[in-house]
Amino acid sequence: MSSNLDKPRLSRTHAFDLLKQMIRIRRFEDKCAELYTQEKIRGFLHLYDGEEAVAVGVIPVLEKRDRIVATYREHGHALVRGVPMTTVLAEMYGKQEGCSRGRGGSMHLFDRATNFYGGNAIVGGGLPLAVGLGLADHMREEDIVTACFFGDGAVAEGEFHESLNLAALWGLPILFVCENNLYAMGTALAISESETDIQRKAACYRIASEAVDGMDVVAVEAAARRGVRSVRETGKPYFLECHTYRLRAHSMFDAQLYRDKAEIETWRHKEPIVRFRQWVEVNHMIHPEELERIDAEVAAEIAEAVIFAEAGTWEPIEHLTRFTYAEQAA
Amino acid sequence: MLQSTVHADMIELTYRDAVREAIREALRRDKRVFLMGEDVGRYGGCYAVSKGLLAEFGPERIRDTPLSESGFTGAGIGAAMAGMRPIVELMTVNFSLLALDQILNTAATVRHMSGNQFGVPLVIRMATGAGRQLAAQHSHSLEGWYAHIPGVKVLAPATLEDARGMLWTALQDPDPVLIFENVMLYNMTGRIAVNSGPINIDKAAIRRAGRDISLITYGGSLWKTLEAATALAAENIEAEVIDLRSLRPLDDATIITSVSKTRRAVIIDEGWRSGSLAAEVSTRLVEQAFWELDAPIGRVCSEEVPIPYPRHLENAAIPQASKIIAAAKAALGRA
Repeated sequence: MSSNLDKPRLSRTHAFDLLKQMIRIRRFEDKCAELYTQEKIRGFLHLYDGEEAVAVGVIPVLEKRDRIVATYREHGHALVRGVPMTTVLAEMYGKQEGCSRGRGGSMHLFDRATNFYGGNAIVGGGLPLAVGLGLADHMREEDIVTACFFGDGAVAEGEFHESLNLAALWGLPILFVCENNLYAMGTALAISESETDIQRKAACYRIASEAVDGMDVVAVEAAARRGVRSVRETGKPYFLECHTYRLRAHSMFDAQLYRDKAEIETWRHKEPIVRFRQWVEVNHMIHPEELERIDAEVAAEIAEAVIFAEAGTWEPIEHLTRFTYAEQAA
Repeated sequence: MLQSTVHADMIELTYRDAVREAIREALRRDKRVFLMGEDVGRYGGCYAVSKGLLAEFGPERIRDTPLSESGFTGAGIGAAMAGMRPIVELMTVNFSLLALDQILNTAATVRHMSGNQFGVPLVIRMATGAGRQLAAQHSHSLEGWYAHIPGVKVLAPATLEDARGMLWTALQDPDPVLIFENVMLYNMTGRIAVNSGPINIDKAAIRRAGRDISLITYGGSLWKTLEAATALAAENIEAEVIDLRSLRPLDDATIITSVSKTRRAVIIDEGWRSGSLAAEVSTRLVEQAFWELDAPIGRVCSEEVPIPYPRHLENAAIPQASKIIAAAKAALGRA
């Protein structure tokens, strides 16, 4: 199954990029948490700490023409896909310069330019949408892959099963990416699923599937390459389960009563950024000054995003009802 | 939009035929259009609307689905967002509740929530209404509920021309349009112009002109209301009958103009009375034509029960001509 085609070419540049993207997400989320406590960001805020290797491993494997459907924990996906950090943060401020005009906030980042079909805040709700995107591409015989991200919580939804069945039945070009962080909010997988081996569910629908260590960005990328290549070659869906872990609370309103501190500490030792950084250092794939460069570049990008979001403007209240329906072309 | 011309040759057909012809025309005119739903292909449609289309257009465009209402409705949304023009058939309004998440949380929200980056040019058709003794899980009229939702448009074709003409216009709309076909209309036969085609979907229609009272209705109740109007005419009461046609948006101007003339109104709606579309129309009349009214507004709605199976109870549960006549007379002080 595996071939050289699927192996990430771990050049120094590539290693640098992977590390930088993960650090970029982590620092961005840190800033978001800080801005949340300052009440610059309101509503629900779901941070991606610990899960960065999934978005960073999968999304760069996609082509520009491919499509992405994400969840409400999607800041990292948007950033890796190339939605500018400035407009992502402005969106979270609710400013009209935001990537969704400020109407969606943290959970609803959309970006037409990068085929980013939204953060969806209905668990499982994005899967049927991905089926439809794939159906359109299938009917037009377009070489486009739709990557659909969702969590382990979505697996309990009927929409998950309906969507997997439809995608397999109709042979649709969809890469399903399950970000299994072991908890649906505060309910552990073992408490919500009779079968906790999620990729087996995909196999029941005759979808090619595999599970991968979602804390290992190189492994995720290799699996994503296999998956995307399979979808492109066969036109059929592929299911990738990434075992990962959310290091922060579910949202900013979560006291984490449902899991032990010891468990979190165990996972901290596996966390993707430290792990990959150590690996590239040991293998002399990165210079200390390059690490400093990552820190400096990311800090500068975040500072610029904050300035952009702060300087953003509020959509006039007179515009409240605009775009409930399409407007006539002027 | 073209209205059907009265000079053209006429053909006789059923409401079912008219819907089928509309779907066929759309499939022929636009290769982005496809029909998707439970039993639309090999079975020919639960109400035989799509009979014959599979042979003509093939299984990709007449797409049988599993019983996955949320899944294939969401697939219709995604395909529409990617540039297709799907027609999703949801068999009956009661089953549409299984797809309500996709309709409300996605189709209706995406344009506004994404800051106008993405739209959902999707048409969803479904059967609605009672009268076939199908009991409490196949007979309800929930179109008024859907008309509550900003972001969707809601149509109720009651005539052959509307059954034939609304679909194409709905498919040109950049936003989701729900079309409710009353089950009692599928067998209705009549004559329409051979060249009947696309028709406006934003205006109410005066189906019968009158000076004494406005009877405001839509869908399957239109024909009961016209029957009532004929009976009232025998008693020298000239009722104006308004067919709303579009339940969202509502054509306030036509309603207000009519009631400003007749000064009396009864609203006939097969939905349940509490929180109904009839309540919405009534409130608009109170807001916009209060000083024109000479009598309290009347309503004839479904009784507040799940629709029962036996014929006599089912008939008693939904609007009938006799109730409409009584309500009209009450509004005229002639009860």
